[in-house]
Amino acid sequence: MAKLFSTIGDWITERSPGLMPMYRKHMSEYYAPKNFNFWYYFGSLAMLVLVNQLLTGIFLTMFYKPGAATAFDSVEYIMRDVEWGWLIRYMHSTGASMFFLVVYLHMFRSLMYGSYKKPRELVWLLGMLIFLALMAEGFMGYVLPWGNMSFWGAKVIISLFGAIPLIGDTLVQWIMGDYNPADATLNRFFALHVVALPLVLLLLVVLHLGALHEVGSNNPDGVDIKKKKNERGVPLDGIGFHPYYTVKDMFGAGFFLILCAFIIFYQPTLGGWFLEGDNFIPANNLVTPAEIKPVWYFTPFYAILRVIPSKGFGVLAMFASIVVLFLVPWLDRSPVKSIRYRGLGFKIALTLFAITFLLFGAIGAGKSAEWIPAIFGADADVSGIEMHFGWFLLLIYFGFFIFLWAYTHFGYEKTKPVPERVTTHA
Amino acid sequence: MANEGVNQGRRRFLTATTAVVGGAGAIAAAIPFIKSWEPSARAKNAGAPVLADISKVEPGQRLTVGWRGQPVWIINRTPSLLATLPAVEARLKDPKSELDQQPKFAQNETRSLKDKPQWFVVIGICTHLGCSPDYVPEIKPEPFDPEWKGGFFCPCHKSRYDIAGRVFQGVPAPANLVVPPYKFVGDKQIMIGVNPEGAA
Amino acid sequence: MRESSLMRSPMSLRNAAIKCASALLAFAAFAGIAAAAEEGEGLKSAQTNVMNTASLQRGARTYFNYCSGCHSIKYMNYARLSDDLKLSPEEVLTNFAFTGARIGDQIVSNMPAGGSQQWFGKTPPDLSLEGRAKGADWIYNYLRSFYVDPTALVGWNNTVFPNASMPNPLWELQGMQTAHMAPGKPGEPPTVEKLEIAHPGRQSASEFEETTRDLTAFLQYVGEPAALQRQPLGVWVILYLALFTFLAWLLKHEYWKDVH
Repeated sequence: MAKLFSTIGDWITERSPGLMPMYRKHMSEYYAPKNFNFWYYFGSLAMLVLVNQLLTGIFLTMFYKPGAATAFDSVEYIMRDVEWGWLIRYMHSTGASMFFLVVYLHMFRSLMYGSYKKPRELVWLLGMLIFLALMAEGFMGYVLPWGNMSFWGAKVIISLFGAIPLIGDTLVQWIMGDYNPADATLNRFFALHVVALPLVLLLLVVLHLGALHEVGSNNPDGVDIKKKKNERGVPLDGIGFHPYYTVKDMFGAGFFLILCAFIIFYQPTLGGWFLEGDNFIPANNLVTPAEIKPVWYFTPFYAILRVIPSKGFGVLAMFASIVVLFLVPWLDRSPVKSIRYRGLGFKIALTLFAITFLLFGAIGAGKSAEWIPAIFGADADVSGIEMHFGWFLLLIYFGFFIFLWAYTHFGYEKTKPVPERVTTHA
Repeated sequence: MANEGVNQGRRRFLTATTAVVGGAGAIAAAIPFIKSWEPSARAKNAGAPVLADISKVEPGQRLTVGWRGQPVWIINRTPSLLATLPAVEARLKDPKSELDQQPKFAQNETRSLKDKPQWFVVIGICTHLGCSPDYVPEIKPEPFDPEWKGGFFCPCHKSRYDIAGRVFQGVPAPANLVVPPYKFVGDKQIMIGVNPEGAA
Repeated sequence: MRESSLMRSPMSLRNAAIKCASALLAFAAFAGIAAAAEEGEGLKSAQTNVMNTASLQRGARTYFNYCSGCHSIKYMNYARLSDDLKLSPEEVLTNFAFTGARIGDQIVSNMPAGGSQQWFGKTPPDLSLEGRAKGADWIYNYLRSFYVDPTALVGWNNTVFPNASMPNPLWELQGMQTAHMAPGKPGEPPTVEKLEIAHPGRQSASEFEETTRDLTAFLQYVGEPAALQRQPLGVWVILYLALFTFLAWLLKHEYWKDVH
């Protein structure tokens, strides 16, 4: 058997000599730092979830019928009549939310350890493009069941484009293909969600990994492991991705899948966070849901939009809150990569930024109506307090980036000496 | 580092065990996807048994009913047609219906229920490539068979069947026409898709 | 002789187990809180159990006797009820199908849409997904919160869904429930202070509690029949994944002895 494999292997190598070297370059001889911690699981987990979305998505497409008159019924058909359809649907909906959870944690890792710094700016930019594509993919996917929240969510988000001066209204109608989100909108979103954006995502992921492998991975100490190599040219602090990280990521995947299984089999709606109650009502252009809010992973940006009373500036702030992330490699001028050796100011600022992001998420999810009366009494002016608190949070959010630039550009940051070799807790 | 004392045996064992357990899980995970292609509950419900009213089917006449997307013929065979069955036996491929093309109760000369032999219930699809044959009940010479005793003739590739749907020798069709499960509900109705109670 | 890895890092298996367990616990707590949050504020808990077949059977009986005249559950079919509620097709058709439906048919009410618009002001909605859209607690409380209201078109109102165009379908069982009104603040209409049963119905309070609980459970089941399969299956999936993860951990630990 082994002889058969090696014969086939030789036949292929003779005709495509680059394949084995490619395997070595990207797997067995891709030397990753040996001090990867918990925060480094999320890249491989993101790939696992992508594969899940593609597989379950393909099978859903076999039974789903795009079209305003048929979509909602076809989803119930999948849930009730298709053998195991309910499982495929839940794997897809849970995967969508887990995709964003994993990606947010993955991005936060990069902010903590300075993985966006030279020479990895391109990796960061490609990652940000993946994030944008993922948001579009998630938004369109949510419209497809054509529930009432699908319809109204689509209406609200597409109408944001109307804020663009001069071309806004035409653009909105062009996107919808009708005067309201309608059959035309649903069908084109289906094509984009099933074909176009997955192709874009796959391409971006390949480029993202390619760019990473060109320069090598960062690590929790921010130490450049390529500076110290042994006589064979292998970094002293590097270990082959295969078998060490393939084996570690397999464990990470197992643990992650247990979490997903709990959700899929015991709480598939996760109390309305993953599958909203209002979306089990068919789309109705005459009846608005009590609260139009996006799925949890868009809530921080939705909150930024909402706390600014002017539509135009709200839209601008929302887009700016994402665009500013593209600029981080150039705003942060510290030579030190990892939070472990950075100044106290950076640690505090990043912590505040994270808390702000979460609080914005709570506002976007409508928690103000619950929390503000609980804190300030039943007569509190909920929208007023929410708006003013939101402005305060906006200051912190954008302030983080301004602070980061000033703190590092003017040399206020007091860093600690970065070690020559990576540190591990063994 | 630390390559001395690497327990290769333990590594191979753990790798193999993990691979086998993981492989089993992957196969188990594939099963729902593969099974999702099976007919859905909706398709199965649509394929449920069909009740046909035979009170108006005169001797020699044929009623066509849809079941599972296929044409099912219910034919009231005349005594003279039934009498032709022994005569053609020598020219048939499978006169005793040994191939599994009918319920057990129909494995007889008339390929029907023993107590109601004149009623012939058959799926009107040629067993060659799927065309629907013509019903040719008249007992007279035909261009395709000078000794025609009544039956079915498929125009596509010229397969011939007797009045019990049994296939002749020398034609491309390999098997007798399929008799579906059926049972009588009273005397005036036939339910297609279920066998009679106690019968196979 | 190389010391065994367990001696070199005696805590690592324990540490890993502790980390995993705490992560799982934290996650379970979050999921529990998230699920609890779905229950409405101020709504009494329905305490339904869709895995209780007897409860579903009773709930189905109540549904078909009191609700199916006006409401459809069009995404369900009778054959599915037969399978899930462990009743024979004949039992289902005799006891539940008053419309002459066949076993494979979807469950649709005979109420004419035009008529209902006239009589109630609104077509009675399909209830297939009501359990998922509103949640069990909302439905349970809704069923119990009707009160006589002479000013309403249908003579009834409901504290959970004010001005619902629906009479109390279960009044024979619950009895006539009336509202004690409290005067509203100046310029505002009076509010309902409390509800009480003015004339008892055929069922006692605890019997009616069970009836509405069972009916709610039935509607919860109708919203997601797959719940009956996913819960038992989940146990096996998670057990398998725990085994795989444990093996993967052993494998990782073995290879990582090479490192450092």
